[in-house]
Amino acid sequence: MDYVPALARWIHFMAGVMWIGLLYYFNFVQVAALKAATADGTAAGITKHVAPRALLYFRWGAVVTWLAGAALLSDKFVDAFTFRHGMAGIGMGAWLGTIMLFNVWALIWPNQQKILGLKPATDEEKTKARRVAFLASRTNTALSIPMLFFMAGGWSHRALFFGM
Amino acid sequence: MKNPLDSLWGTIILGLVLTVILYFVVKSLIS
Repeated sequence: MDYVPALARWIHFMAGVMWIGLLYYFNFVQVAALKAATADGTAAGITKHVAPRALLYFRWGAVVTWLAGAALLSDKFVDAFTFRHGMAGIGMGAWLGTIMLFNVWALIWPNQQKILGLKPATDEEKTKARRVAFLASRTNTALSIPMLFFMAGGWSHRALFFGM
Repeated sequence: MKNPLDSLWGTIILGLVLTVILYFVVKSLIS
């Protein structure tokens, strides 16, 4: 079944672009835009119409990326996650991606639901949710840097690891 | 001490530092 890895890699890339692209949108664009929009009273445009849609593709993009990555690793899945048989590089990328997926579903999405009013929350809970979601999102942005380094670690990275 | 995650540059620098640390970890695991 040579088609499975080819399809899995393609889907992994497309979903990964969707996921990390939206993560960078949130961190590089929306945080600052929301601050400015709140100051001039136009924040609802973002919180009501943009953020829920962006979060939908963001969180499901994360799931598809992880599943396609797991399919791509296939019988090397355990070797990668246990850093064995020369799979430490991609394994580190896989661990970072897995931590990021956890952050999306366990920290960012539940807290964003409170912030955007999709789930009932008091003002105090919303303030706390804002901080947790923000830090989890920024953590994922920081983790994406080594994650992409190790994910992209194909033939071109041999010089870095083996001096070839 | 300020949380580096509060600024975009702090976040990026943290990610780069983490990359260097993890690179040496992986290098030691491979060799």
